[in-house]
Amino acid sequence: MADLSLGSAAQSVGSIQSNYMAQVQRRRLYSGLALLIFVVLMVSGFNIADDRNAGGFWDGLGQIGDYPAEVLSEAWEKRADLPGLIAKYFPALIETINIAAVSTLIGAIAGLILSFLSTRGLAKWPRLIPLFRRFSDIMRAVPEIVIALVLIFVLGGGPVPAMIAIAIHTAGALGKLFSEVAENADLKPVEGLASTGATWSQKMLLGVVPQVAPNYVSYALLRFEINIRASAILGFVGAGGLGYELRNAMAWGPGRFDEAAAIFILLFGTIVFFDQVSSHYRNRLTEGQAQ
Amino acid sequence: MTATDICLAKSNADALFQRKRIFGFAVPAVICAYLVYIFFAFDIQGLAQRANMENAVTLASDSWSHKVHVTRDNRSGEISYAVEGERKGRYPEGERPAWVSGDDIITIDLGGDQIVRYLPDNRTEIDLPDFPLIEVQAEGRTLTSNLETAFPGDLPDWISASNRRIGITTPEGRITLTGARTEVFNYFPGWELFWFTLDSPYHGQGVGQILFGDRIDPTRSNVTGAVYDWWNNAMWRHKDVMWAIGETLLMAFLGTMGAAMIALPMAFLAAKRFTPIMLLRATTRRLFDFVRGVDALIWTVVLARAFGPGPLTGTLAILITDTGTFGKIFSEALENVDNKQIEGVSSTGAKPLQRYRFGVIPQVVPVLLAQILYFLESNTRSATIIGAITGGGIGLMLTQAIQTQKDWEEVAYYIVLIILMVMFMDWFSGWLRGKLIGRKD
Repeated sequence: MADLSLGSAAQSVGSIQSNYMAQVQRRRLYSGLALLIFVVLMVSGFNIADDRNAGGFWDGLGQIGDYPAEVLSEAWEKRADLPGLIAKYFPALIETINIAAVSTLIGAIAGLILSFLSTRGLAKWPRLIPLFRRFSDIMRAVPEIVIALVLIFVLGGGPVPAMIAIAIHTAGALGKLFSEVAENADLKPVEGLASTGATWSQKMLLGVVPQVAPNYVSYALLRFEINIRASAILGFVGAGGLGYELRNAMAWGPGRFDEAAAIFILLFGTIVFFDQVSSHYRNRLTEGQAQ
Repeated sequence: MTATDICLAKSNADALFQRKRIFGFAVPAVICAYLVYIFFAFDIQGLAQRANMENAVTLASDSWSHKVHVTRDNRSGEISYAVEGERKGRYPEGERPAWVSGDDIITIDLGGDQIVRYLPDNRTEIDLPDFPLIEVQAEGRTLTSNLETAFPGDLPDWISASNRRIGITTPEGRITLTGARTEVFNYFPGWELFWFTLDSPYHGQGVGQILFGDRIDPTRSNVTGAVYDWWNNAMWRHKDVMWAIGETLLMAFLGTMGAAMIALPMAFLAAKRFTPIMLLRATTRRLFDFVRGVDALIWTVVLARAFGPGPLTGTLAILITDTGTFGKIFSEALENVDNKQIEGVSSTGAKPLQRYRFGVIPQVVPVLLAQILYFLESNTRSATIIGAITGGGIGLMLTQAIQTQKDWEEVAYYIVLIILMVMFMDWFSGWLRGKLIGRKD
């Protein structure tokens, strides 16, 4: 009797082991296959990209330092002018930062409203939640450049098209993030306010906003960082600010590389500065919440 | 004692309320003041003058409609019919739209009883209901017309006229007359020739006819022929558009994955737990900060000089920028790994590499994958923008289409495709995340 049970136990251990090994084998096979597909995709993708590019990868790799070296050496020769040039392009920098700031502000306000309208439990019209969700999905999906280019055609160049384009994208992106935060908000203050006869906007402003504000501000700051980069890039396609100046400076070519260098320095400095400031405040906001 | 405590608490609370009250007013006030400043800094008032409403109208109407040009060359007297006035959209010899009739006198019915007649000797009659008949005669480079007698006083604002050029815009279409040629544009809703150009035998055939009907082109089967003709449609260039979308997705994919592969080993160097040497850690971190700070725009500009325009440049720009971002995120994730698992693995006598593989990687993989997939989606958008700068992918096609300011229906088509592409990537990365690391909720 005891032998028998021991035998069956041994057998079952053996079968468990073989099952386990088979499972491991299968897993290995699958992950091996996935890895193989991934490697094939990467290599063939790289080859396609290399083929369709004007210059080859291996030729270009040697020249990668040429342009920065030219710019730097020319900027170094004319280093005395550099402070003047930086002062010259400072207004453009302010414009770039303003575009980012206004679009973040407008986008955050729109995203705030969108997020409440598309969160279960908070929505004013619960039936329309899917509609507002799709709406913010679409706003998020449209790349800024699409709206910017169309608006540049209608409104002419300048900061406004970039501002509108970035604000629309920001509203969509923040709308989604905000609504994820708002889903976890405590509904008791809202109920309390409802019992006093508060309107929907009062309930949101006094009941929900104070709970979610640290997270919202932290997300908005992160978005501001992203938007500075976006507004610089949109400038390059004609929407004003530092990017526009950079394109002009680039178009002049050698001899004016000091201007390009000044813009590079300004852009780099601004991005690093705002990254640091915003990450400092974001850390404070999230830590303050944990306490 | 308790009374003083209460007093203190009350005064503290009062001060707090005061502060909150001021804060509650100050924040909206600062925002308003900033917006007012922006109103003047961005010259929003002047925008109304700079804005070109005509462009907006063209854009809004052209994006969902097309026009067919009926052109008479006043020198040779030859009349041609073409969709959008393009050579590729020209009607084959001997064919013309159904709303054009007559042989010596060509009658063009714009709809709504508005009729234009091309008469012999370069004469043109424009017959609009409720208005007198307009007659124009082209001679050499000048035009003579009866506009002054037909419209005594000022011309209506839908007619612009000089002795060189007359333009008439009606709700149904547009007529431009110059000495060299007379052109009528007739507008129709829809994207014409989206499926097949006029020279394809499948143009004008129904879906059922193509799928189940008799062989239209004797040399090929209907489905292959139709797909081939659609794919090589010269007006809409479906093949090039799909390649461009593929390029954009390729840039995003290669850039994101390449960045992740480079950033992962480097993140170990930047994490305090795995790199005790301060100098090495600080150097790696500063490198990440630098690469991130330089930004995709500058990388694109610099790389385009070395590699020339194309998808590879965009890929590398995304790769380099994201290496910095990933490095930062990954090293933060590595800082937060649980030590117990590593100790457990090392207690079995694992070597350092095995400790990383079985003690660390399983812990950070979910965070890493989530970030990588999120960036894959966001980089699809970046790749569109970078493509517009460096010259590759759908971004370039979009910029070109907008800059030529001609084919707004193509612009609309590209925009729809871009949005679909980004939404697809959004869905795909969410789906993959669900498959690989399980849903969040």
